[in-house]
Amino acid sequence: MSFRQQHLLGIAPLHPDEIRTILDLADSYAEAERADRAHGRALEGLTQINMFFEASTRTQASFEIAGKRLGADVMNMAMQASSIKKGETLIDTAMTLNAMHPDLLVVRHPHSGAVDLLAQKVTGAVLNAGDGRHEHPTQALLDALTIRRKKGRLHRLNIAICGDIAHSRVARSNIHLLGKMENRIRLVGPATLMPSAAREWGVEVYDDMREGLEGCDVVMMLRLQRERMDGAFIPSEREYYHRFGLDAEKLAYAKDDAIVMHPGPMNRGVEIDGLLADDINRSVIQEQVEMGVAVRMAAMDLLARNLRALRKKEGVMV
Amino acid sequence: MKDQLLRNARLIDPEAGTDTRGWLRIAGGEIVEMGEGGAEGGMDCHGMCLAPGIVDVGVKVGEPGERHKEGFRSAGRAAAAGGVTTMVTRPDTLTPIDTPEVLEFVTRRAHDRTPIRVRPMAALTRAREGREMTEIGFLMDAGAVAFSDGDAVCADTRVLSRCMTYARGLGALIVGHPQDPGLSRGAAVTGGKFAALRGLPSAPPMAERMGLERDLALVEMTGVAYHADQISTAVALPALARAKASGLNVTAGVSIHHLTLNELDVGDFRTFFKLKPPLRSEEDRLAMVEAVGDGTIDIICSMHTPQDEESKRLPFEAAASGAVGLETMLPAAMRLYHAGHLSLPQLFRAMSLNPARRFGLPGGRLVKGAPADLVLFDPDAPFILDRSTLRSKSKNTPFDLTRMEGRVHHTWVGGETVFSEEGAA
Repeated sequence: MSFRQQHLLGIAPLHPDEIRTILDLADSYAEAERADRAHGRALEGLTQINMFFEASTRTQASFEIAGKRLGADVMNMAMQASSIKKGETLIDTAMTLNAMHPDLLVVRHPHSGAVDLLAQKVTGAVLNAGDGRHEHPTQALLDALTIRRKKGRLHRLNIAICGDIAHSRVARSNIHLLGKMENRIRLVGPATLMPSAAREWGVEVYDDMREGLEGCDVVMMLRLQRERMDGAFIPSEREYYHRFGLDAEKLAYAKDDAIVMHPGPMNRGVEIDGLLADDINRSVIQEQVEMGVAVRMAAMDLLARNLRALRKKEGVMV
Repeated sequence: MKDQLLRNARLIDPEAGTDTRGWLRIAGGEIVEMGEGGAEGGMDCHGMCLAPGIVDVGVKVGEPGERHKEGFRSAGRAAAAGGVTTMVTRPDTLTPIDTPEVLEFVTRRAHDRTPIRVRPMAALTRAREGREMTEIGFLMDAGAVAFSDGDAVCADTRVLSRCMTYARGLGALIVGHPQDPGLSRGAAVTGGKFAALRGLPSAPPMAERMGLERDLALVEMTGVAYHADQISTAVALPALARAKASGLNVTAGVSIHHLTLNELDVGDFRTFFKLKPPLRSEEDRLAMVEAVGDGTIDIICSMHTPQDEESKRLPFEAAASGAVGLETMLPAAMRLYHAGHLSLPQLFRAMSLNPARRFGLPGGRLVKGAPADLVLFDPDAPFILDRSTLRSKSKNTPFDLTRMEGRVHHTWVGGETVFSEEGAA
């Protein structure tokens, strides 16, 4: 067992062994869930607070279910409607919250780096549920688990990440994770949605979907946000779909057994063809959601173990 | 298609830079053979000049929306009579050519109404408003050869940089109008003592350099292919030369009017001389001629802009800008030849070869296998221009009642005669 982190702020600080540890534990949770076995009460007696400064349904629900399955007391705080509106700074919010002694803090924030800042001010374990365009570590972990289960391995795969790379924290976390596990990563998208320095990240960059998908094992699609569609970064939905939307014709350039992934929620007919998204032979989108809960259970379990060990060492009762 | 031999001609080859007596054979719409010296049979060119047809970049045709000013039929007739075999048309129509659907309409109209080749440019941003990019990919598929908002300069550099980045990804050419939009707002003439004396609002030459420098910085950042539609001031030239020397994918044009006229021609508020950018000083004009000669400026165009009488018969400030030029471009260019400033191969390099190359078109060359788009003209034939005889629907030429030399005798497009001196075929 190798997992030494106090927080899960991103993929970048993780060692490959730590990633494997999370995935192995998550895999066992997923199997237990499928077999309808009890999960144990790893988070019994701990308080988990989900602080979402940015709207989320799926990720928040996934963290909430993960916490409850392991026996945590879970509380959701919709921060958009709260003290932020009253002018409180992020650090003050964190200090106030810390005074209530939460053990696990799940945080999403629209600003890159905000979760790191918050983590410096609290004594519990912080999980980044997405910060700006920076990182979304549990998404990358659930993607990795899905790939490993489908492909039997998580190394030496050709993986294309397609779409709005520039604004995507999912892409950044995946680039870190898949790179650490020694895969060949290709980024595919229009130049306006590609960071100009992407070529220096040790990845291949394509602005032609067919070239980018050639011979791929995994095709990861990213969500294109509505506000980016109308003329600002791309001319229109229809031109985007024509050039970068994943359909059977473009997917044919990938390997015959290539899997199709999407972090959700999908825009059918914009970045992905609706029929393809539903094709159970190619699309693993539903499995990604399932693995999301398992990965979050594993991450919180491991962080809670480290938290308990630390408190024991410092002589603090939990 | 007919097999034709054209003999006893002065062959103007802009690529080789030569001006030699010889003959040329056309078959299947292409140039199939050519040689020096005499030949037997065929058509006697009587020692006149035979050159690749002019590829005129930036022609305004009033379709859709302003057919009373110019339609494809009238523009095509003017082009044929002026030795223009390809018109690269502007998107600043009413409505602008900013969707594939409008572009297809224009292409179909052009095909139905004129034998002259028409290659449309499309708008870079929707409605040329500088806010949202057009469907550059679909427009290229529909035949757009370049993207331009014309004189509606995009003031938002973030929007422009994204348009350029997207265009670079598709290999699209962007045509800019180098002009600082703030400094030149409402301008009617160039800055300087003459404008000041007449009390007209003016665009300082520096506004052109600022606009150009801004565009070139964005080109350097994005790597897009960029053509400046018109350079008219000496202060802008060093920036252009520097950009080219540093290897940026940049070219520039100049209108025939800025090479042959200057601010003094505006005289007593003559609105037919109101252009955009405005006519500049004589020093600027001479600098433009020199820049064409040394290749700093690549392309000469007519910037054909038809305007009806109503839009010109107004106080100078309120009058519309622009002049027709399809039919007068070649005789006006002969002024530069007769003055000894530019040779015929140099002129046709800038009027035919360079624009064809830059816009990815097959014409502009006098070689085997090139399309037989040709103009036969007498560079010395004198005449006095009567604007009522112009074939354009709009007669807003600055050369009315001017002595000119250089008459087109015959124009071919794809080996077919589209004009001969007896009249349009």
